[in-house]
Amino acid sequence: MRIGVLASQGAFAEHIAKLRQLGAEAVPVRLPEELEGLDGLVIPGGESTSISRLMRDFHLADKIKERAQSGLPVFGTCAGMILLAKKNSDAYPETLGLMDISVRRNAFGRQRESFEAELSVPVLGEKPFPGVFIRAPLIEKADGKVEILARLGDGTMVAAREGRLLALAFHPELTDDLRFHQYFLDIACGKR
Amino acid sequence: METGTWKVKTGLAQMLKGGVIMDVVNPEQAKIAEEAGACAVMALERVPADIRAAGGVARMADPTIIEAIMKAVSIPVMAKCRIGHFVEAQALEALGVDYIDESEVLTPADESHHIWKHDFKVPFVCGCRNLGEALRRIAEGAAMIRTKGEAGTGNIVEAVRHMRAVMDGIRELVNTPQEELMAKAKEMGAPFELVSEVHRTGKLPVVNFAAGGVATPADAALMMQLGADGVFVGSGIFKSSNPAARAQAIVKATTHYQDPQIIAEVSKNLGEAMPGLDIKQIPSEELLAPRGW
Repeated sequence: MRIGVLASQGAFAEHIAKLRQLGAEAVPVRLPEELEGLDGLVIPGGESTSISRLMRDFHLADKIKERAQSGLPVFGTCAGMILLAKKNSDAYPETLGLMDISVRRNAFGRQRESFEAELSVPVLGEKPFPGVFIRAPLIEKADGKVEILARLGDGTMVAAREGRLLALAFHPELTDDLRFHQYFLDIACGKR
Repeated sequence: METGTWKVKTGLAQMLKGGVIMDVVNPEQAKIAEEAGACAVMALERVPADIRAAGGVARMADPTIIEAIMKAVSIPVMAKCRIGHFVEAQALEALGVDYIDESEVLTPADESHHIWKHDFKVPFVCGCRNLGEALRRIAEGAAMIRTKGEAGTGNIVEAVRHMRAVMDGIRELVNTPQEELMAKAKEMGAPFELVSEVHRTGKLPVVNFAAGGVATPADAALMMQLGADGVFVGSGIFKSSNPAARAQAIVKATTHYQDPQIIAEVSKNLGEAMPGLDIKQIPSEELLAPRGW
């Protein structure tokens, strides 16, 4: 399976390493033509304004939108989740509007407030998932057809799936736990 | 929920990779940087070129300026404290800046010791000229490293020298047999555990950006090809004739650093770059890079 990882800016190398560990062919994507022949796309963590700007400048945004609307599985983490959302509470950045969720950027505060927390994720089994939240966003609202995969202790929504789109407010690529990457590969090959 | 962990400190630096961190001195410049695609800004009272010109003692910026910049943009805001000045660092942490740069660009407050950075919840970035210096800073708690270059000169030569020194140091350690690692650690003045880690993994344990002298898109791409994870641009943007265009071009060149066609394209019509300084013309006591122990 060939998975592209958007490499405009951010922690793309970490995602590529995780996907390769799982036996997928992972390739960086910086230009529209590099979207050809992909079975899935990861939009990594990074600075969402920066990624969004580079996606627009190099004509990736429309192409990604088009491919995702015709069924390309997309996995967004942190900045990636913001970019997947229909609505972002901040004026910046312009999102792709693919998933029926509203997000709030930097929802927990500044870096001082970045945190780690264990998450219960029923679709991944009983073992908690190590959540790494860095200047993280949260999901404020989700449409009925969106499946919420994880919440913080206070009920805050931090992981969601809608069809072949998967969005996390945290960073599985910074942990040794490969289950979310495997879950995405399963979505991409139609097993889930 | 645990805050201030090593994972979230080093993790933020990982999120900055492939990006450009720009020096700004007011909210207007910060907005220009954000709009251009900067992944973070460094809030300062004066850019290094002006600090160099002014002479005297350079200190932490007025918190009013830092707060105004934090209000103006949604991207991470960094700020500088003097080497060893842990109270300036405490003040910056209290302000809520996202990263503290314990920087040789300001006048050192301590000529023997750096800040013990593990005491802070906010992460630190520190400068280095070689691998030994990088590993000493990481051992003290720096969650991100940048090669120093020579700030405020618009001259890339020192940045190249320092990046090559770090990368050469890594390549050398990888090829050093186990039984020679202790002597290497002694010679480098670096902790044995970190020397062993680099020997084993072939890379630094934290993200390493290039800094000090980047003035053009090609400079940024050069540093990326030499192995930088991203770049700091200090005086290079707002001391040039068209900051917005140059900022955007440097962002693009940093992402597409392996694509000469794009680098050529974005280098067109940027106007005058910042005036450059020949390092050999700078009296040795005015050089910033040797500050750091």
